[in-house]
Amino acid sequence: METTISVNLRIWRQRGPKEKGAFQNYHLDGVSTGSSFLEMLDMLNQQLVDNGEEPVVFDNDCREGICGMCSLYIDGHPHGPVQGITTCQLHMRKFRDGQTITIEPWRSAAFPVIRDLMVNRNAFDQIQQAGGYVSFNCGGAPDANATPISKEVADVAMDSATCIGCGACVAACKNGSAMLFVSAKVSQFALLPQGQVERKRRARAMVKKMDELGFGNCTNTGACAAECPKSIPLSNIARLNREFIKAKCSD
Amino acid sequence: MIDIKKVEGMIDSTPIMKEVADMETGKLPEYQIDSKIPEGPIAEKWTNYKAHQKLVNPANKRLLDVIVVGTGLAGGSAASTLGELGFNVLNFCIQDSPRRAHSIAAQGGINAAKDYQNDGDSVYRLFYDTVKGGDFRSREANVYRLAEVSNNIIDQCVQQGVPFAREYGGLLANRSFGGAQVSRTFYAKGQTGQQLLLGAYSSLNRQIQKGTVKSFNRREMLDIVIIDGRARGIIVRNLITGEIERYAAHAVVLATGGYGRAFFLSTNAMGCNGSAAIQAFKKGAYLANLAFTQIHPTCIPVHGEDQSKLTLMSESLRNDGRIWVPKKKEDAEAIRAGKKKPTDIPDEDRDFYLERRYPAFGNLCPRDIASRAAKERCDAGYGVGTGNAVYLDFKYAIQRLGEDAVRDRYGNLFDMYQMISDDNPYETPMQIFPASHYTMGGIWVDYELQTSIKGLFAIGECNFSDHGANRLGASALMQGLADGYFVLPYTMQNYLSDQIKVPHFSTDAPEFDEAEKQVRARIEKLMNIKGTKSPDQIHKKLGHVMWNLVGMGRTLQSLVKAIDEIEEVRKEFYSDLRIVGNADDMNTELEKALRLEDFILIARMMAIDALNRNESCGAHFREEYQTADGEAARNDEDYMYVSCWKYTGDTEKPILIKEPLKYEAIKVQTRNYKS
Repeated sequence: METTISVNLRIWRQRGPKEKGAFQNYHLDGVSTGSSFLEMLDMLNQQLVDNGEEPVVFDNDCREGICGMCSLYIDGHPHGPVQGITTCQLHMRKFRDGQTITIEPWRSAAFPVIRDLMVNRNAFDQIQQAGGYVSFNCGGAPDANATPISKEVADVAMDSATCIGCGACVAACKNGSAMLFVSAKVSQFALLPQGQVERKRRARAMVKKMDELGFGNCTNTGACAAECPKSIPLSNIARLNREFIKAKCSD
Repeated sequence: MIDIKKVEGMIDSTPIMKEVADMETGKLPEYQIDSKIPEGPIAEKWTNYKAHQKLVNPANKRLLDVIVVGTGLAGGSAASTLGELGFNVLNFCIQDSPRRAHSIAAQGGINAAKDYQNDGDSVYRLFYDTVKGGDFRSREANVYRLAEVSNNIIDQCVQQGVPFAREYGGLLANRSFGGAQVSRTFYAKGQTGQQLLLGAYSSLNRQIQKGTVKSFNRREMLDIVIIDGRARGIIVRNLITGEIERYAAHAVVLATGGYGRAFFLSTNAMGCNGSAAIQAFKKGAYLANLAFTQIHPTCIPVHGEDQSKLTLMSESLRNDGRIWVPKKKEDAEAIRAGKKKPTDIPDEDRDFYLERRYPAFGNLCPRDIASRAAKERCDAGYGVGTGNAVYLDFKYAIQRLGEDAVRDRYGNLFDMYQMISDDNPYETPMQIFPASHYTMGGIWVDYELQTSIKGLFAIGECNFSDHGANRLGASALMQGLADGYFVLPYTMQNYLSDQIKVPHFSTDAPEFDEAEKQVRARIEKLMNIKGTKSPDQIHKKLGHVMWNLVGMGRTLQSLVKAIDEIEEVRKEFYSDLRIVGNADDMNTELEKALRLEDFILIARMMAIDALNRNESCGAHFREEYQTADGEAARNDEDYMYVSCWKYTGDTEKPILIKEPLKYEAIKVQTRNYKS
């Protein structure tokens, strides 16, 4: 059955990208264990607003784990201590009464803080713009069943395509690498027949853009896959490495 | 039959309409509307239109700028396709990336008339099911075109690399959805919306890279700029800096989604809003069919007062899940008191009420019917959980197919359910209850998807056109992509063809000055109220009014009361709102307040439209209009029209304009899902 708990919150507050941030402590009573983590932050913000203070800024939208808008580094884990979910899917029943919870923004050179817990992830869009697509114009597609694709391949491509672009992989990585994100998109297209024509160009262009934008290198630590809310496996990175080397060798 | 004059008499303080302009009687000719439906038999209308419409040649496309507001399935696909054609596109979204638009949350699937299953599907059947599902309140020609282009969408998405589910032979798999007797729904696990949106986003990225589309993130439109009667630009607020910015173009496309958050609690994302619709409304565009809001039958029930949103469980679950409540009231009471578990109730004591009432469609009857049936059982005292929940049970599917097959089909949905409710749906039935999900009503558009303002177009959920009084499952994705990929890029050229001589607009025009001045004045007014209530607190009040009085079952009395109570909320908003922080800086409270101000007006219009429509049809169930066995009693003689409303003031009587609906290719009949 649901009860209510009290929590102590240590939240990173920062006015802007160039300004110095600091942890602020807050106390919150009467949090229903059936509430989501973000509903708990809504309660905190209501309390702040009631006192005439500015609310804590954090990105969120769908609140069902699919839009990729929410972030938050909670007690040392991107998207909190429960694996395989986003922050908006985390519920307060996972916390103890009286627990202190530390909440930080994603920390990575490529994701500058905008305010408080909100960061700028435009770099991800830029990597996708560099080659995360099949080049054809609307109207020119052949019949959808013209090219059979084995169920196994379609399923693996789907697993890679599940990436929500939240950036948890970058936040989890000690090097701030975006390899899991890039490899998921490269894998989806490398597996499907529609992606074959531009396979090499895509791998080269996306990796080049990733490097340009200041993401770190991959040292196969695996923190990205362990913390990924969609459980995108590390095998994608192995595939990206193969794709990239093959593309480079044919240069 | 209630006389509208009497209704007006009853609600003296807020009479519902000023004047009625009716095309057929020729009253108020200045408000006559032309839906521009092409001539000819239904199957040839779209072909004829395309054959005779005006086009813009490639060299001239470069001279024309188009603003697209929104990056969901409709906005994203329109922006990318217009970019591919060679127009200069400016594309706006309120999120941090175009990929986050709420289309991403659609789970179940997308319909198309491919007939890959050889089960008797056709363009006509998809058209027929959609018009029937919409309870004969949609525009026939638009729906036929939608069914016609549905097949192109699947081809387009597969070529983009959308990993649809496949059979072992390598061809595409299908599943069934409510309101259809064929399997025509294509899907990608329970994440179809995500995959389709990422497909549109990939095409959009290609155009951004090429420079044909400029992407503006974290910007919220606050006004539409009209010059000489044509939409020529927008005023937006930069959500990071708080700056007010101006953008000009030859035409403006709204693809801003639905306004279901007028109910506060809904399945919509936190940022979904009806502000673009209200801005268009205030500038003279009509809002249409606002009585029709889809209340989705399979959502996770409300847990408490601090809840911020509701989570949908895909309709696809009704393929294999069976919906029931206890047959005996004492069992329901025991379950609510925690003395019995659902698994304690033997099959013979379970009331599979959808299978009982609608044997032909059973658990797969349309959404409005399934939602009302759940409410009926709960109101009668058979609800479980808090009393406002019914069971969706997979025991039978697991017996029939095995747990692995069920996990394969619905695994991610089951996980999502377990995370939220803390129950394991493989062992105990899910609890579900209806919630606000999709708005069939919206901005009125003609066949070309143009609003009643020249140069202003509306696509996707934010227009009203294709779903009538009720939308079938897996049709929202279809409509968004149809509008964006295959309809607007054609029809828009018919408008733009005579604009090629019009030079690029400057944002220094006096109309932009005036629009920006008004936006600034509006923000200042809200900032200066300096009351005590946060926008969320007032929004929750509005939500309660809407859910209780303009929800699944409405009456004359409840709607009259709703209009009065919405007025109370409005007064509270303007006297007691508190926005902390500054206007010229990032301010999430100000964002919420601006959206809420528009929700209040939309809510009022929803109640007014529901009050005007003295019949029950689709999602609009007026309790006084029902048959002896509790089904909707439609009144085709008096209400077979699209109700279009023209703005006259926030608290004034709006003007009603009727667009009569004519069905030539389909026989109008009473919806029957029983046999």
